[in-house]
Amino acid sequence: MTTDQYVITVDDLRRKYAGGFEAVSGISLSVARGEIFALLGTNGAGKTSTVELLEGLAAPSAGTVRVLGHDPYRERAAVRPRIGVMLQEGGFPSDLTVAETTRMWARCTSGARPVAEALELVGLGHRAGVRVKQLSGGERRRLDLALALLGRPEVLFLDEPTTGLDAEGRHDTWDLVRSLRDTGTTVMLTTHYLEEAETLADRLAIMHRGRIVTTGTPAGVTASRPARIRFTLPDGVPAGRLPLSLQAAAQGQRISIRTHDLQSSLAELLRWAAETGVRLTGLDARSASLEEAFLEIAQAESAGV
Amino acid sequence: MTGNTMAGGAMSGTPARTSAAGRLAGLGQAELTLLIRNRTALFVALLMPLIMVLATSSSLERVDLGKAGMSIAEASLTGGIGMVLILVVHLNLVSAYVARREELVLKRLRTGEIPDHEILAGTALPSFGLALAQCTLLVVAGVAFMDLRTPERPDLLIAGVVVGMVLMAALAAVTATVTRTVESAQITTMPLFLISVAGSGLFVPLEVMPDAMASVCELLPLTGAMILVRAGWLGGAASGDVATAALTALVWTLVSVFAVQRWFRWEPRR
Repeated sequence: MTTDQYVITVDDLRRKYAGGFEAVSGISLSVARGEIFALLGTNGAGKTSTVELLEGLAAPSAGTVRVLGHDPYRERAAVRPRIGVMLQEGGFPSDLTVAETTRMWARCTSGARPVAEALELVGLGHRAGVRVKQLSGGERRRLDLALALLGRPEVLFLDEPTTGLDAEGRHDTWDLVRSLRDTGTTVMLTTHYLEEAETLADRLAIMHRGRIVTTGTPAGVTASRPARIRFTLPDGVPAGRLPLSLQAAAQGQRISIRTHDLQSSLAELLRWAAETGVRLTGLDARSASLEEAFLEIAQAESAGV
Repeated sequence: MTGNTMAGGAMSGTPARTSAAGRLAGLGQAELTLLIRNRTALFVALLMPLIMVLATSSSLERVDLGKAGMSIAEASLTGGIGMVLILVVHLNLVSAYVARREELVLKRLRTGEIPDHEILAGTALPSFGLALAQCTLLVVAGVAFMDLRTPERPDLLIAGVVVGMVLMAALAAVTATVTRTVESAQITTMPLFLISVAGSGLFVPLEVMPDAMASVCELLPLTGAMILVRAGWLGGAASGDVATAALTALVWTLVSVFAVQRWFRWEPRR
């Protein structure tokens, strides 16, 4: 891939706050044009601190960021007309109406869509005359999204776009983001909803304590994780009688097996059970989900520190 | 959510860029709407200057203005222009900047195309408009009903008002950095208000003060603008005094702008 296919490139990025706390500790990533890239992490992992650097809201303490070939902080005027930003917490004057807010924003946005079109896009058309302070949390998120989309941006930054939305609103937003991607928009998304990252993202990175611990496609990230088989042995059958090749971990009679080849391991287990006449209660075998991968990474990292 | 089909994609080609005038007009209009909907702010901006002018003129009856060479009406109406600058521009804007910062409006605006100085300027536009209208009203009322002469040097008068507005806006941004909430703005705006009323000739003209005190007061933030305003309306100022006043006002403005660039906070303290 040539460099101009990458819309966002980040190299060894760091962000240290005035108090000395380092929220971003040397991350590198690149996002290709037309890709939905999700930054996942627990609260305090450094997602928002990272995205703020990509948006050009603050200067990094070290490392480089390029968005559309420019430094988003120093060359703000070159970058801003081509990006759309939705902050984690949007700020709008509470005494303006939805339409007034959008109109104000439109006059500050190059090539802005008509106000009515922008509000229709996020399903807020019927709320145009309502004051911002009377909106629900979910409606405020939609207004924020409408403003981010106002200038038909090439790159869209969405910081937890569906927090506070109900299930239907969340699916609407996903559909909208996908349709934007399909017409060439690059989307950088942070979320702590694993389902959101799994269904929406082309690629993702999992952040923990300011670092990227895993990156890849949702399928790739889960595929690199072991699948798991769990069951309970009957009393009187010690775990030591299980085939050694299964590498089982026992907690009393509760057995857990991690494997990168679920089919073979399961076949071996069932063959052993059939041959020895042992009944496996509560048998459960499953491939790794993003959620398991995520929890495992978070736990492993926490334990390792 | 309807109409995903019209979601449209990234812009191809280069769209027409926004202009500074368009951005300022957009932000200014929104701020004007907010000012009209904020009754307390509107009351302070519309009625307080008038009340202060009346209060000044009634208390000046006990002051000997002979040394200043101006009548009570002249002293209180020119002082009224200073009142407008400090109440309509400074007081009002400290509240506006703090409110927008605490509501995260400033942070959200900074994600857009509008540059920082335009955010501060656009927010100030309705206050500037209101202040200009009130100053005009004071001059017209003074000439029409209170036998004041028409301004001797309109250019100096306008320069005084404009430099005063810009300085008050810059000082409002400085004051906002040390103001945590809209409520505490009532306290943080007091020092400049008191210093200006007492020392910049809003209440008592500097000429009435002892010389040593007057020369200290000449260095206060709003004094330069006030000297320009009085020289412009009433005339009779030596050109050296006018130059010194203009220079003082300019230095204060530059220092304030530097302070804003250095210390202004765009989001709430966490």
